[in-house]
Amino acid sequence: MAYNFKETMNKPERLAPGHRMCAGCGGTIAVRNVLRGLHEGDKAVIGNATGCLEVSTFTYPYTSWEDSYIHNAFENAGATMSGVEGAYKALKRKGKLDETYKFITFGGDGGTYDIGFQSLSGAMERNHDMVYVCYDNGAYMNTGIQRSSATPMYADTTTTPVGKKSSGKPQNRKDLAAIIAAHDVPYVAQTTFVQNFKDLHIKSEKAIYTPGAAFLNIMAPCPRGWRYNTPDIMEICKLGVETCYWPLFEVVEGKWILNYEPKEKKPIEDFLRPQGRFKHLFQKGNEYLLEEFQKEVDRRWEELLFCCSR
Amino acid sequence: MAADISKLGLKTKWQDLTEGMVIAGAGTSREFMTGEWSSVKPEFIEDRCKQCLLCVPVCPDSCIPVKDKKRAGFDYDHCKGCGICVKACPFGAITMEGVN
Amino acid sequence: MAKRDRLSGNEAVAIALRQINPDVFPAFPITPSTEIPQYFASFAANGEVDTEFIPVESEHSSMSAAIGASAAGARALTVTSSCGLAYMWEELYIAASNRLPLALALVNRALSGPININCDHSDSMGARDSGWIQMYAENNQEAYDNMVQAFRISEHKDVRLPIMICQDGFITSHAVENIELLEDEEVKGFVGEYEPENYLLNPECPMAVGPYSVTDYYMEAKRNQAEGMRNAERVVLETAEEFAKLSGRKYGLFEAYRMEDADRAVVMIGSAAGTTKDAVDKLREKGEKAGLLKIRLFRPFPADAIADALKNVKAVAIMDRAEGYTNHGGPLGADVMSALFRARSKALAVNMIYGLGGRDVRVEDMEQVFVDLQAMIDAGDAGETYRYMGIRE
Repeated sequence: MAYNFKETMNKPERLAPGHRMCAGCGGTIAVRNVLRGLHEGDKAVIGNATGCLEVSTFTYPYTSWEDSYIHNAFENAGATMSGVEGAYKALKRKGKLDETYKFITFGGDGGTYDIGFQSLSGAMERNHDMVYVCYDNGAYMNTGIQRSSATPMYADTTTTPVGKKSSGKPQNRKDLAAIIAAHDVPYVAQTTFVQNFKDLHIKSEKAIYTPGAAFLNIMAPCPRGWRYNTPDIMEICKLGVETCYWPLFEVVEGKWILNYEPKEKKPIEDFLRPQGRFKHLFQKGNEYLLEEFQKEVDRRWEELLFCCSR
Repeated sequence: MAADISKLGLKTKWQDLTEGMVIAGAGTSREFMTGEWSSVKPEFIEDRCKQCLLCVPVCPDSCIPVKDKKRAGFDYDHCKGCGICVKACPFGAITMEGVN
Repeated sequence: MAKRDRLSGNEAVAIALRQINPDVFPAFPITPSTEIPQYFASFAANGEVDTEFIPVESEHSSMSAAIGASAAGARALTVTSSCGLAYMWEELYIAASNRLPLALALVNRALSGPININCDHSDSMGARDSGWIQMYAENNQEAYDNMVQAFRISEHKDVRLPIMICQDGFITSHAVENIELLEDEEVKGFVGEYEPENYLLNPECPMAVGPYSVTDYYMEAKRNQAEGMRNAERVVLETAEEFAKLSGRKYGLFEAYRMEDADRAVVMIGSAAGTTKDAVDKLREKGEKAGLLKIRLFRPFPADAIADALKNVKAVAIMDRAEGYTNHGGPLGADVMSALFRARSKALAVNMIYGLGGRDVRVEDMEQVFVDLQAMIDAGDAGETYRYMGIRE
């Protein structure tokens, strides 16, 4: 069926208000819109790694989830949903369940790139019929903005603070979408919040309804951790895409597809400047850091273009 | 059967908590009024609204209800006043103090 | 109708699991429990079970997946040993606090380090405060029988707690012994269907599990959880009674072996109890009043019943197959001694650490324990109450 934005917005809300995420949080924007990929009438079980999303959306006795929901621990969202999906198969096989259920797990970059990496890798490799969604805000925000392997180079975090002898995080970020694609799962996509969310909605629906394991990596800005003006989230995301810092792509059955190529690639400064975590890069004498950052963005973009040209 | 969360307050005795702290049911957080977090809120100027719905997906708090493909007024019981919707509106149909 | 066979403890438990036909079985191999998922995988491969067998990438994930499956409404279990259990540690607490009925077949093995694959109880003893019911076996027959009873106890509406069915690594898991098995249909009938009240895949009503709990709730939540454990002792006994009707084999909270008029007793867990029975028999032949209390249910700890069973002894040796590094003994020693203290027992009590990392326990060793107990009685003093048995020094 062709994509229709208004139809998508008209679907029932599956994340109830009253959760305790910060004002302007990118995490719940990601969740609400991913859940719009579900077809009406289909049921779902939502999984969640420990993190902001979990402590804020299921603070006893208040659940924000309109579907069944399970939080287990920080590092095992993949394995936990493997068990839920296994139960579904077993109950179906025994004729104990008629309804169709879909399985979607959310984790932040801490629970996904780092502590939950093994569990995620196992679940993806076993090809359970589930979607793992990483809402990537590039640091451990729940514990107070510590660096993760998703944190971009030079970001000022509380464990990579900028100082007299430090320019922020020394390492580049891990390319998790590529790593999961290397698991040979049927569907991997990277997206963020752009325009009317068509890209995110379509990818969510594909991920949910592709049989087998699927992975979505969603850049979900955190106003506190990134230190930008909260209402500007859509502009930040747009700049992430236009500078090619956060390209929109899919890997379908091993085939890499670029979903959007900017007419004119913007300089990375445009994405970094509004964010307080990169403020030091704009001080006099630090021009070389911006050059390094730009080089890294260019290198990854070229690599992606190469993958997509094959 | 769905749990009656009105009986699960901070003074509830141990015998009356739900077993395993599970909550049978859904969407019970609607009872928690996050609208109290801020006094500055967006205002919906219906005359200017073209019902494009671009404000709907950007709300982190599911505070812009949609019915029959049309948005209704804000859910001020839960809106935290982040201001994202103000920027998302192409027609100036949403305003908020401090957001241009 | 009972079937006689000759099986190892691992085979016996695997057969019990085939007969139970659980819904979901995630597992990761570790010596000496590896054979159980291996046997089970071949049952699944041959269509002998309807189970979703999930060969996961770690023990942390096997327990995590079992938790997910159980919350979803399935009858689930996993199996492990030693470091595998240690790796699950966090998840053990979560399974129990979520009040999820699920089973863990544990084949006891020493914890690292140094790495050692042989039996002691340091793995399960480390998990004794996690909120799991723990049940131990002396031999393959008991391991099988306990496994058959496990889900009835765990799923009971007054309990709803996970259960660990323990047997001794290699000594029980790999030794082939005579065994009586129940018929498949008998086990199926005994275990029954699993019908949870609330579960994730309930189309009538969704469920949220695993909340964040503020301080105002946390302590009440823990007390609520403790209630399940308080009920477990009764349910274990009720289940054993029904099992006896089916099998003719009787089980209690512990086995009191020749305890009626005993003035000296050994309290212990697991396979070494068989060795101790031989020692007791030999001493009894000489007219000595020796007895054995073999613990079956360690969590919850049946303190009152144990103190009552020991009320007439003059001296008791509590044998721990695990160190506690408290400088005054191991975990079983601490629990039994506190039970004796609360019952105002006058018995002289000593705690002995034995059998670590598979160290052999011989009949002579256990005879010597009774000699030591007599010496305590003669001296009217327990002497050093924290001792090692069979250590080179």
